[in-house]
Amino acid sequence: MRVTVRLFARLRDIAGASELEREVAPGTTIGAVWQMLAGEHPQLAAYERSISSAVNADYARMDHPLRDGDEVAFLPPVSGG
Amino acid sequence: MSGLVAAIDQHQGTDGAVVTFLGLVRNHNVGRRVEYLEYEAYEPLALKTLAQIVAEAQQRWPGAHVAVHHRIGRIEIGEASVAIATASAHRADAYAASRYVIERVKQIVPIWKHEFFEGGDVWIEGATANPDDEAARAAAERVACA
Repeated sequence: MRVTVRLFARLRDIAGASELEREVAPGTTIGAVWQMLAGEHPQLAAYERSISSAVNADYARMDHPLRDGDEVAFLPPVSGG
Repeated sequence: MSGLVAAIDQHQGTDGAVVTFLGLVRNHNVGRRVEYLEYEAYEPLALKTLAQIVAEAQQRWPGAHVAVHHRIGRIEIGEASVAIATASAHRADAYAASRYVIERVKQIVPIWKHEFFEGGDVWIEGATANPDDEAARAAAERVACA
């Protein structure tokens, strides 16, 4: 199945893209997608403990299983205001 | 800001206080001379999270009216990045709700500052966003009621 990955702020800079498409097995978790990306971009690994994640624009935990067509977002620590 | 105040002012005569807050882009940060900021957001989630914060404030301070707006994109020194308006029957609740909203914005809204300063640029990274973190929410409430 296919998922869209959204990256923001420094994560986007590291990966060099704000949006990526990835082919993953059914039931793949958000965390597994993160591990895949961290494998491709080792600088991302430093963010493992500080990121938040979301699916289809709702916050979701790393053990959340993905479905075909989902948009998964990885969010570095926020700094609004 | 006048739009936000209009949104919360019900003109029913029940509110005795309106508090307005503007967050401005400052020309210095941890010793750096800041030239401007660029804000980025995950917009659909940012809007939902802002709505959640307004709901939290209205639940904590029943009868308070709350509105918040955050700009994104490039913002110059001295310009406002965030505006909050609160209204309530008595001033204490309007002040508290205003402070609560800005504390929660900094905790959980997916917005990021990209700081451009003299000699470079840096992404500012604050809190790991977790809307279910009750300890963080309680901390914002303590600050608001201090």
